[in-house]
Amino acid sequence: MSLLGFCQWLAETPWSIALHESLWAYPLVESTHVWSLALFVGFSVLLDLRLLGLAMQRIPASEVARRLLPWMVAGFALMVVTGLLLFYAIPVRTYQSLFFRIKVLLLALAGLNVWVFHATVWRSVATWDLDPVPPRSARRAGAASLLLWVCIIFAGRMIAYSWFDCDRQPQPAVVNWAAGCVLGSE
Amino acid sequence: MTSLLPFFEWCETTRLGAAIRDSLWLFPVIEAVHLVAFAVLGGAVLLVNLRLLGLAFRSQPVARLAQDAAPWLGGSLAVALVSGSLLFLSESVKLYHSEPFRLKIASLVLALLFTFSAHRKVTLADEAHARPFAGRLAAVVSLALWAGVAWGGRWIGFSG
Repeated sequence: MSLLGFCQWLAETPWSIALHESLWAYPLVESTHVWSLALFVGFSVLLDLRLLGLAMQRIPASEVARRLLPWMVAGFALMVVTGLLLFYAIPVRTYQSLFFRIKVLLLALAGLNVWVFHATVWRSVATWDLDPVPPRSARRAGAASLLLWVCIIFAGRMIAYSWFDCDRQPQPAVVNWAAGCVLGSE
Repeated sequence: MTSLLPFFEWCETTRLGAAIRDSLWLFPVIEAVHLVAFAVLGGAVLLVNLRLLGLAFRSQPVARLAQDAAPWLGGSLAVALVSGSLLFLSESVKLYHSEPFRLKIASLVLALLFTFSAHRKVTLADEAHARPFAGRLAAVVSLALWAGVAWGGRWIGFSG
C-alpha cells in the first residue's frame, strides 16, 4: 500500500472521522499542541541561547541542559502525541500539504542537528562548560537549532492555509510534485 | 457608558489594518511571528514559575534565574504585543464581538500588572528574605493568568 493509500484508509476509520468532526476534541488537541510549544520550544530556545552565550552565562552549560531536559522531554512527548492526533484527524489533506512536508523535513534536520551536536561538541563539554560564550561549534549548533525551530513554527502555522492544496488547481508543476498531488487525467 | 465599538471600527479603517487584511501572506506571516514570540515568552514564564514552585532548576537562586530570563521575557513580550496589535488592526470589529478575545485581553492586562509588580517583587527578593509560600502563590497566579492569555488567543481562531 502506498503512503497515500494508507492515509486514505486512515481517513475512513471511525476514530479519525470522530476526531475531525468533534466540536471540542479537535480544538483541544490543537491547543495542547500549541501549548507544548511553550514548554519544548521555549526551553530549547533557552538552551540554544546558552550555547550561543546569550543567556544564563553564569550557569554551566551542562547544568542548563541537565535541568531543562526532563521538561523538554515531557514537552516533546506531548507535542508528538498531539501532532500525530492532528494528522490522524485529517490524514489525506495533511499528507498532501506542501507546508506539512516542509515541516517534516525541517524536523528531521533538527533531529540531525541534535545528533551531530551530541556526537561531537557535547563530548568535550567539560572543557568549555564554564565559558560564558561556548566555542564556535557549539554556537553553530545553537544557531542552527534556533533557526530550524522558527522555520518549523512558520511551516506548522501555514498548514492551516490552503493556497497550495491539491484540490486548488491549476498550480505550478513543482508545487504539485512537492505536495504529491494526483491529478485527474482530463 | 459609551461603546468602544467606534474605536474598533476606526482601527479597521487604518491603512495598516487594510493592508494586512487585503494581503494573502501578511496575516499568516504575522501570525507565525506572534507564535514564535509566544513560544519564547512561554519558555521564560515557565522557567521562572517552575523554579518558584521548586520543580525545576533548584540548584540556582530564583533571583538569578529571573534576572537571566528578564531580557528574553521583555523582548518576546514586545514582539508579541507588536505582532498582536497588527493582527488586531486587520480584524478589530470581529474581535470586538469575540468572547475569547475579551478573555485574552482581560487576562493579559492582569498578567502584565501582576508580572511587573507582585511577581517581580517576589522573584527578585534576595535569598535571605525569600518566602517560599509567597513564591509558590505568585507562580500559580502567574501561570493561571498567562494560561488565560494563551487559551483565549487560541480560541479566537476557533470561534469564527
